[in-house]
This record gives sequence, C-alpha cells and structure tokens, in this order.
Amino acid sequence: MTGFAGWQMPLRYRSETAEHHAVRRAAGLFDLSHMGEISVTGPGAGAALDYALTGQPSAVAAGRARYTMICAGNGGVLDDLIVYRLADQEFLIVANAANTKVVQDALAQRADGYDAQVTDRTADYALIAIQGPAAAKILGPLTDISLDGVKYYASHRAHVSGREALLARTGYTGEDGFELFTAPGDAEHVWTALADAGSGDGLVPAGLAARDTLRLEAGMPLYGNELGPDVTPFDAGLGRVVKFDKPGDFVGRAALQAYAEAGPRRVLVGLTGATRRVPRHGYAVLWHGQARGTVTSGAPSPTLGVPIAMAYVDPEMARLAAAGGAGGALAVDIRGSAEPATMVDLPFYRRAD
Amino acid sequence: MIVPDELRYTAEHEWVAIDGTVASVGITDYAQNSLGDVVYVSIPAAGTAVTAGEPCGEVESTKSVSDIYSPVDGEVIEANPEIEDDPGLVNSDPYGAGWLMRIRLADDGPQADDLLTAEQYAELTKEDE
Repeated sequence: MTGFAGWQMPLRYRSETAEHHAVRRAAGLFDLSHMGEISVTGPGAGAALDYALTGQPSAVAAGRARYTMICAGNGGVLDDLIVYRLADQEFLIVANAANTKVVQDALAQRADGYDAQVTDRTADYALIAIQGPAAAKILGPLTDISLDGVKYYASHRAHVSGREALLARTGYTGEDGFELFTAPGDAEHVWTALADAGSGDGLVPAGLAARDTLRLEAGMPLYGNELGPDVTPFDAGLGRVVKFDKPGDFVGRAALQAYAEAGPRRVLVGLTGATRRVPRHGYAVLWHGQARGTVTSGAPSPTLGVPIAMAYVDPEMARLAAAGGAGGALAVDIRGSAEPATMVDLPFYRRAD
Repeated sequence: MIVPDELRYTAEHEWVAIDGTVASVGITDYAQNSLGDVVYVSIPAAGTAVTAGEPCGEVESTKSVSDIYSPVDGEVIEANPEIEDDPGLVNSDPYGAGWLMRIRLADDGPQADDLLTAEQYAELTKEDE
C-alpha cells in the first residue's frame, strides 16, 4: 500500500509485472475510487463547460464521453479530464485525485453566471475498472445491458451483479475495458463478483504500479509527469483537445491560440533504451552530449522487454533525431553515464484489432 | 517480512553472511518487497575493490532504481552469475538464489560487529513502515 493524494492505494497486489501481463493478455481489476468525480448540472451546464474546458461538451451526445482538459488563462494544463454527458443537463467529470479540489474550484468559479450547479461527488462514487481483452467476456454475463451496444467512450446506466452502476467503456491501459461507477457501499460486492467471475479467465487485481506501466506503453500522459501548469496541450501533442472552432470564449483561448500559431516550444517523444538501465522522470536527454530535453516518465516495459520513456525535447532535436542517420547521437543521462537511446513513435504499444 | 536470525544487516537493506574471510551479500526481503519486481541488477565484477557504506552497484525495479552499498571493506570475488538472466531471483529468493556477490574481507575492514543484528534490523524496518 502507498499514500496517494490522501488515499491509501495498492501499489501492487502481487507482482506488478504479472499484473501488467494479465491486463494485456486477459484482464485486470483496478480500484480507482480515489479519482475525483464532479457533477455539473442544470440548463446552463453545457455552456458553462464549453467556457470552462478546452473541449465542447455541449456538442457531445447524451451517453457519450470525451477526453478533454481544463487550462488556466495562460494555457497551462490544470488537469486532464474525462467528461461524461449522462443527460442533456447532466455531466460527470472525472479528475485526477490530486487535482480534484483545483478542478472543482475552477469549475465553480467559471460556472458563475451560468445556470449550472457544480458539485463534488467524489465521496458518492467508488470506481472499479476492468481492463483487458477478456473484460467484456467477464463483465457481460454480470450486467443487464448488452456490452456490444456500449461503444468506446460511451456510458450507460446498468446493473452489475444486481447493483446500480454507471458503466463506461473507458480506461487508461491501452486495452478494451470498462469503468464502473457505483455507490461506495456496493463496491466490494461488485469487485468480488467480477473477481470471482473472471478468475477462470485470468483476471487478477492490479495496482498503481501496473496502471502506470500500462498507460506509459499506451503513450497516455500522466498529470504531474507529462502534464502540468507549465505545459500546454500543444506541448503534449494533444492540441486536438482544444476546440478553437467552438462558439464563444473559453478560459485560455487567447493564450492557446498564440501557442497553436507559434508552434510547440518542445515536443513529447518516445524513447527506447539500448541498455537495461532505465531512463527515469527528470533525467536529461542528450543529443551529441548536450542536454536537449528531460524524461517525464520511464519504466522497463513489460510488453516490449526494454526500457521505455517519454520525454520533452526541443523541436529541432526531435526533427534531427527523426531524420535518423546519427547513430549514437541520442542518449539519456542515467546517473552520470550517457546510455544510448532511440527515438520512436508513440504509443509504444497499440492493441491489435 | 522475513529476517533470518543468522544473518547480519545494514541500514541500507543489505544482508550479510560472513563465513571466515568471505562475506555473501544480498538485499533483504523488506528491500525487494519495497522495490517491486527487479528487472536488472548491476553487480561489481570480480576483482572490484569495495568500501563499506559506498555504493557499488544498483538495482532497477519497475518503479525505481536503488544503489547497492557494500556492507564491508574488501574485494569482490564472485558476482551471482544467475542474476543477469533472471533478476527476479532477487524477489523470489532474496536470501538464497537471489544473492548478489561474495566479498573477501579486507584484513582491517569492519567486521560483523559493525553490522546490525536481525533484531536491530527488524526494529529499523518497523520504524520505516
């Protein structure tokens, strides 16, 4: 167990490597109840969120979800979010645990003047994720809805093992999978039902450590590593979440427009290590011996069997490295020695289907 | 957490078994459990002189990297040849097949008296938790 944003979280249940492989090959069960849930409701909820976020939640159909961000006025990322539109006037926003209060406060402030209520619902929801190629097969018989009808980034009210749940086809692993929002008092029952139903199919409980290597292989950013108040969505290669064509102003529009026009100050790239030493968060990326960037996340990849990392590097270095032909020029300073690295396209892993 | 009585320990979570003039060294069950799955261990090659309390290698796990500190003064006479291909031995059998190195003690180096007893080490890790 480990302390995480005020919650006691399982870093691993047994071997994090085994948990990682189980999610890639069968399925894993995650307790994500630490995630923040904020509801925004009322006739003006969609308009308030269009103003508060980089995306355009008012244009999302009820029952669908979007990955989006909330930025400061200067364009820096306050958090990355998933917004579920549950009904015309009801949105559920899932925020990172450490940022829930920041997001809640910003939303409340930005919704002022709109006919919308912003409510922190974190304590009202437990969140269980079942992720992996066997997830649908395991969850299907326990629900009263057809999972075939739940598309990627869609949500549906359902019962799971007889308990009410908001069932969403979302996740943070690069695999097919589902996230189940339940009442806290139902979570243990739902967890046990899934664990029992999936044990014959290779389902195992999986902790934060596996969650981190899974999302890293899938090239997904983590707030505090790839994202932060000094990073814009464009830096992270996620400019697509900024909807400049939506009507009206939104917080950060002018600053983000300027960043979009100026081009990125740095680019997020993927690296693989040529030795078994692992690039870690904060290590310098070297180009011909000169520091030209910084590793944001790194780990030994269980799926690829080599060290992988994401790093911010200056755009010129990225261009030169992508052009290739400079063998040995790219390295990571791993505690004082330059370990050779190769720049690769993100994500490191993409599921076949 | 397993802390065998017959071994000596360091505050850096190594265990030491001294047999005559040779010390066998590994990391403790507490250490391997804290690190998580070990994926790579850098162990000094035979012939390397090591100094008590100084880093002489490193353990990479999924989540972190940690220095290995030599518990004694001396010269490495053998690095565990199995660890290169199967670093998971450090997790599965930290006091047995997962041993890291054998060190011939320097004549004037610190002896076992300077190391922690099992009881002292168990107390130390209790405070860490």
